[in-house]
Amino acid sequence: MSGRRVVITGMEVIAPGGVGMKEFWSLISEGRTATRSITFFDPAPFRSKVAAEIDFDPHARGLTPQEVRRMDRAAQLAVVAARGAVADSGLDMEAGDPAQVGVTVGSAVGATMGLDTEYRVVSDGGRLDLVDHRYAAPHLYSHLVPSSFTAEVAWAVGAEGPSTVVSTGCTSGIDSIGYAAELVREGSAQVMVAGSSDAPISPITMACFDAIKATTPRADDPASASRPFDGTRNGFVLGEGTAFVVLEELEAARKRGAHLYAEVAGYATRSNAYHMTGLRPDGAEMAEAIKVALGEARMEPDALDYINAHGSGTKQNDRHETAAFKRALGRRALSVPISSIKSMVGHSLGAIGSIEIAASALAMEYQVVPPTANLHTRDPECDLDYVPLVAREVAVDAVLSVGSGFGGFQSAMVLARPERSVR
Amino acid sequence: MSGAAAVFTGMGVAAPNGLGADHWWAATCGGTSGIGRLTRFDPSGYPSKLAGQVPGFVAGDHLPSRLLPQTDRMTRMALAAADWALADAGIDPAALPAFDMGVVTASSSGGFEFGQEELRKLWSQGASHVSAYQSFAWFYAVNSGQISIRNGMKGPAGVVVSDQAGGLDALAQARRLIRRGTALIVAGAVDASLCPWGWVAQQTSGRLSTSEEPQGAYLPFDAGACGYVPGEGGALLIMESAQAARRRGARVYGELAGYGATMDPAPGLGRPPALRRAAQVALDDAGVTAGEVDAVFADAAASADLDEVEAEAIGALFGPHGVPVTAPKTMTGRLYSGAAPLDVAGALLAIRDQLIPPTVHTRARPAYRLDLVARQPRPAAVRTVLVLARGHGGFNSAAVIRAAGQEDAARP
Repeated sequence: MSGRRVVITGMEVIAPGGVGMKEFWSLISEGRTATRSITFFDPAPFRSKVAAEIDFDPHARGLTPQEVRRMDRAAQLAVVAARGAVADSGLDMEAGDPAQVGVTVGSAVGATMGLDTEYRVVSDGGRLDLVDHRYAAPHLYSHLVPSSFTAEVAWAVGAEGPSTVVSTGCTSGIDSIGYAAELVREGSAQVMVAGSSDAPISPITMACFDAIKATTPRADDPASASRPFDGTRNGFVLGEGTAFVVLEELEAARKRGAHLYAEVAGYATRSNAYHMTGLRPDGAEMAEAIKVALGEARMEPDALDYINAHGSGTKQNDRHETAAFKRALGRRALSVPISSIKSMVGHSLGAIGSIEIAASALAMEYQVVPPTANLHTRDPECDLDYVPLVAREVAVDAVLSVGSGFGGFQSAMVLARPERSVR
Repeated sequence: MSGAAAVFTGMGVAAPNGLGADHWWAATCGGTSGIGRLTRFDPSGYPSKLAGQVPGFVAGDHLPSRLLPQTDRMTRMALAAADWALADAGIDPAALPAFDMGVVTASSSGGFEFGQEELRKLWSQGASHVSAYQSFAWFYAVNSGQISIRNGMKGPAGVVVSDQAGGLDALAQARRLIRRGTALIVAGAVDASLCPWGWVAQQTSGRLSTSEEPQGAYLPFDAGACGYVPGEGGALLIMESAQAARRRGARVYGELAGYGATMDPAPGLGRPPALRRAAQVALDDAGVTAGEVDAVFADAAASADLDEVEAEAIGALFGPHGVPVTAPKTMTGRLYSGAAPLDVAGALLAIRDQLIPPTVHTRARPAYRLDLVARQPRPAAVRTVLVLARGHGGFNSAAVIRAAGQEDAARP
């Protein structure tokens, strides 16, 4: 694409294992894992009993008691992370025109935790079909419509430009940043605060993934439960989290002396038009998304230094994705370092895409590729270089990050170091 | 970045006052309302008892039986509406390259009725009773996913959630994708959460009417405005690049010529709301002046504070009594993300028939100085229409719909 180029000038991450971008990077670059036995509720009735939970105290992170009361946990995470990303960008929001600042929040399942809790109350534990409005929380409408997340973030950062929630299931986190980058590129906003948030670790989510055996039943060793690309993998580990980035037009960012983490050089999303949860093994649609994103970035496969994989740790995903890489990248697929940080922070549904974009940008920042933890056993169908166990120092100038989700959505984003992406 | 113009070539409608675009448009121009007492469940214990319910939709008549256990009512209606829109456009998706077709829908609350049933099973019977379909049947992306699967559409997909404003945001995203090279997008929204759990959640907004009189419950801009009546339904529209539509000789209803979106300032800042700015951005984007706009389809919230904001925005842009304003949603209730795509369908048919549909039951407060098209439809020269939509939390979106044949006129 010709025209304006879009760069990331600020970031914040709140992921399992630590609140903050530094804590996040040290976890994933050291190959530590944050999966554990569920503590949010008694996991005994469930098939899957592990999750990647965050020890998050919203009060300690600056939210008022009223904000904590009215917001679902996912909204709380989003507000704290969005504020952090804006602070990291060094933008003076008071001095700028709020009409030129927009917000996108990706979320797959919105206020699922709050809805689960509130339903229990108004239905008196599932007994009432005609649920009782007299017991409804005053903020229940904000749980009904997850667009409330974007309103909260917009209020928190002072944005009055184009804003929405992007909710394409497990690709929401990539698609939110892709949507926002397009608004900057077309000139609808000068600044976009874009990211995603999900906090799905609640009984209804555990039950629905149990029902389709998508999550791992492995309970004996919670710290090594998430095993992307490993021969013994048998499902993903549910997680929660959020990440936000600040997007600006390249020249404007340069002019104000902003730190440039990465350019959003290419982005595409495609659908498999096949099945709401199933994947054809050939990976054709993800491969198409990758090719279009690379084409938009005007890059050949050989230019890629690292792939941040979807790598959820289900049998079918990791096979599908491996096929997609081979189909899209040819020989380069066999040599490029690939890793899945879900091995360490779990799969936070719509949030993970933005967290992985942040990880990809940090890989360029530190010239280090985070590893795939828990990868000990070879799977003949997953025969690429997944950077097992230990991070690797590599020259990283261009990264591909991909996502795959329910609904059949396949998304790909290419990040590049702005210094070198001269066209 | 301007790229191809995006035109509308097909529509599929499920509305409380008519199933199918023809029935709905006839009812709308005839002033027939679909608002009545809720029948889906017994509303007598709740403060609000009226809703706009889509009549006569039997999912099994339109969809294979295997889809029924895995879909919420709003998804079933969306799948049928997408079929009708494609048929109306004369498109056979099987005959087109799969990657050239995409889907962008808006949702406000997902498949909430499906979600209620699974929550009930979880808490009354136990985790092992939850349906295998719960993992996707209720979530916000479900309609885009199901429509793409049913029609073999492998191009870009999108899902936006911005309450009632989202319906326009979806059409704007479809236009972006068309400009970037996708030939055809199914775009719009069908929404519903008319189940007890959804009903209770809606009550807490404090914006619902509690009137039990169908003709007096939803009175936007009226001195008696007392909140809105919710409804279900919406529209799916076929959008194509003007070039692709021309090439295949398609009938073109009109063009999405302009779009703007804003957020209101945070509560308590004391600065003005941003609806007017959204409309101005949309007009500028379309390259038209306020004087060229022939009709406005209003958001019509029917709360005094929100009506005042909208009346002020319209007055500031067009002057007192400066443009015909209509709110046919007084016959359907507010359909959340389905509302704006339905209004866009109405704008396209107003252009086709040179007829502005009416706003029923309501009499605009003189202080608003609005030229409200009340009671009777008004014949008029209609080439350019502004559609407004607002969502809870401060979302404002605006779209300019223009008659066919001018797609290249105002392109930069």
